[in-house]
Amino acid sequence: MAEKLKKAEGSFKIESKDVHLYYGDFHALKGINLSMLENTVTALIGPSGCGKSTYLRLLNRMNDLIPDIQIKGQVLIDGQDIYQLKSSEIDHLRRNVGMVFQKPNPFPKSIFENVAYGLRVNGITDKSFIENQVEKTLREAALWDEVKDKLKKSAFELSGGQQQRLCIARALAIEPSIILMDEPASALDPISTGKIEDLIFQLKKDFTIIIVTHNMQQAGRVSDFTGFFYLGELIEFDKTKKIFTNPSKQETENYITGRFG
Amino acid sequence: MMLFSRVIKEKIIVSVLAFCALLTVLTTIGILYVLLSEAFVFFTEVSIVDFLTDTQWTPLFADKHFGILPLLSGTFLTSLIAISVALPIGLTIAIYLNEYAHEQFKTVIKPILELLAAVPTVVYGFFALTVVTPFLQSFFPEMAGFNSLSAGFVMGIMIIPYVSSLSDDAISAVPISLRHGSLALGASRLQTAFRVIVPSAASGIIVSVLLAISRAVGETMIVAVAAGQQPRLTLNPLVPIETITTYIVQVSMGDVPQNSLEYRTIFAAGITLFVFTFILNNIGHWFNKKYHRKYE
Amino acid sequence: MNKRYETIKRAKDGAFKYFGLFCTFFGLIMLAIFIGNILFEGLGRLSWDFITSYSSRLPEKAGILSALMGTVWIMVMTALLAIPGGIGAAIYLEMYAKRTRFGNIVELNIANLAGIPSIIYGLLGLEIFTYQLQMGGSLLAGAMTLALLILPIIIVATREALKAVPRSLIEASFALGATKWQTIRRTVLPAASSGIITSVIIALSRAIGEAAPLIVVGALAYVPFVPTSPTSDFTVLPIQIFNWVSRPQKAFLVNASAAIIVLLCIVFFMNAIAVYLRIKKKIKY
Repeated sequence: MAEKLKKAEGSFKIESKDVHLYYGDFHALKGINLSMLENTVTALIGPSGCGKSTYLRLLNRMNDLIPDIQIKGQVLIDGQDIYQLKSSEIDHLRRNVGMVFQKPNPFPKSIFENVAYGLRVNGITDKSFIENQVEKTLREAALWDEVKDKLKKSAFELSGGQQQRLCIARALAIEPSIILMDEPASALDPISTGKIEDLIFQLKKDFTIIIVTHNMQQAGRVSDFTGFFYLGELIEFDKTKKIFTNPSKQETENYITGRFG
Repeated sequence: MMLFSRVIKEKIIVSVLAFCALLTVLTTIGILYVLLSEAFVFFTEVSIVDFLTDTQWTPLFADKHFGILPLLSGTFLTSLIAISVALPIGLTIAIYLNEYAHEQFKTVIKPILELLAAVPTVVYGFFALTVVTPFLQSFFPEMAGFNSLSAGFVMGIMIIPYVSSLSDDAISAVPISLRHGSLALGASRLQTAFRVIVPSAASGIIVSVLLAISRAVGETMIVAVAAGQQPRLTLNPLVPIETITTYIVQVSMGDVPQNSLEYRTIFAAGITLFVFTFILNNIGHWFNKKYHRKYE
Repeated sequence: MNKRYETIKRAKDGAFKYFGLFCTFFGLIMLAIFIGNILFEGLGRLSWDFITSYSSRLPEKAGILSALMGTVWIMVMTALLAIPGGIGAAIYLEMYAKRTRFGNIVELNIANLAGIPSIIYGLLGLEIFTYQLQMGGSLLAGAMTLALLILPIIIVATREALKAVPRSLIEASFALGATKWQTIRRTVLPAASSGIITSVIIALSRAIGEAAPLIVVGALAYVPFVPTSPTSDFTVLPIQIFNWVSRPQKAFLVNASAAIIVLLCIVFFMNAIAVYLRIKKKIKY
């Protein structure tokens, strides 16, 4: 099936081949084969603890921060195996793979400095470039109009939804090609959630997006493809429409219709 | 009847326990009473203006001057040297243990580091006098046998655990999500530490510094052994000086009759010391309270 | 983005790792150098004679008997005075007066007491115990001063130990009809005992290293006898060391080194017990 997709719509941006992950003795991911096309949105769904967030964090090697972890298999981004990178080269990978977290986590800095942070830590000192980039990405994140008069104010003064959009802007500022979103709207109210979803739809033009979500409707609304994880396995992966209307696996259907999870 | 006696017994016990707690309040009252009453008599004999502005401190000589400034400058100088050693090292340790080291290494090394604060201070004084000063004299030949540099340096080593463990508390309280947020943008651990973690933990780090300085200001035996007994208004770290605490020890070692002016000078010196440490500690506690719940 | 910046950034990160490791061990290396130096200087001087001789004007005849016995006396007396008071206050604050007005005042007060330099306690002891209560520079005056000094340390650490006792244990005892005090004595204190013992040991090891407050209270530098009662004059090891360090003759510095070895042995031994108890407790829970 994957082959068919590939032929139909171009080359894969991300490919994972038989990926296993262990936390100590716990086998958290059991042979995941999953590939994503460029400029698509892929939703990862499944009950808590099924491995979807773990898989997401594999793609920018965020799991490396957890001690006692073991990873087998291949994860290719633009054809390169990211687990062949030296640990000192991970910063490079992470610049290409942006991440938005479950809870908004702005830095204790001004709104402006939050967005500029990624540029600064990657060695950009050109003031006007930074200013342009901050404005550009705040616009992309649909936040500019709300904050343009208070860029020097602390990011903590923003509402939760604004903070999350700030975090998205922060991720966009360093121009990654992939954006990982780990339940980005789970801590937000419905209106903010709607704004984030609109935003994801907009961003699809320029980025490859992978989003982990608990919210089935959200997955249905924003994604092109959906993967269903259960007990550390990828049970089913297909076009979102197919998954939600006519899943081929019984477990998928049970989960989507709310019989468990 | 039995129940009644049980109630009485409980009451008596509670009173005894409450008295134990009251003991700490009495200690504070006692300290304030002793310092204030003796200092009050002192200031009827010596003008408070002289005390605060005279640049000489010679109460034990024929030509008596009672200017606290030389003792203050000695205290200030040794404490400054100590904190310039302890802050960079202690903070680096806290960052290293949180951002770089393995969890197990941290658990093992922390109690070992506490050992530095467990060594009796007179022992540190001996170290400063017999090891550090001769070593430094090979670089600064003009350095005197008693000086504030060695004493301050060794005091700095002693207060490393104060800075490192309090800073460590502050740094580990920074939410892990901030750390992840920064690393996910391609920042290195070092950049994350200094641009995100340290600013977030700043209030706790400042508290650790204030408390460490307060500890250095009140430290006695290191400076009494290694820094000299010559009250001198100077910032030169190579010459002998005298701190407030050393002066108190110096007078106590001699035979000074109670109710003499000399006897009262140590209380005047003591209340000055008390005021400084009290201010430092309370800014520290206040800061801690004010900023503690930032992330909740 | 910028290749050169990236290289520098990575190099700095790597370098800081080693710098951190260096800093972590810096103080310990200093301590090791120092202890090595002390052992080198003082080990040869250390002998049974040194431990069982009185102080003397002649360095080669001088010993630490009166100082060592003074330290033992002071330690025992301070413990007898501070342990009941400290534990009692901690029980009161944790079990009876939590969040009462009086409790809050005492708590704030303890936080402040813990930050007061030890020499200030010496001034308190000098005025109140030595002169007003006419104890002179006796063991009793010294021990009472040190007891007040370590009281806050014991209270704070004991409260931590009491806090760690599971709530369910206390409730179970109440459910069986025990009074509050019975619950504390039979349930809470035994459960918290190792934590309390650790705190007491740490506090006492601090007390035996103290010289300044005792000097101020009036402990003597030269004591040619072993104390026989709480009203005796006395000296302690740190004061003896201070006295020897202040002499110009090199031979006295050697004596000081030997005395430091004895003092450090006592202090490190006490700390080792405390660390051991702490680790044992960690494994238990």
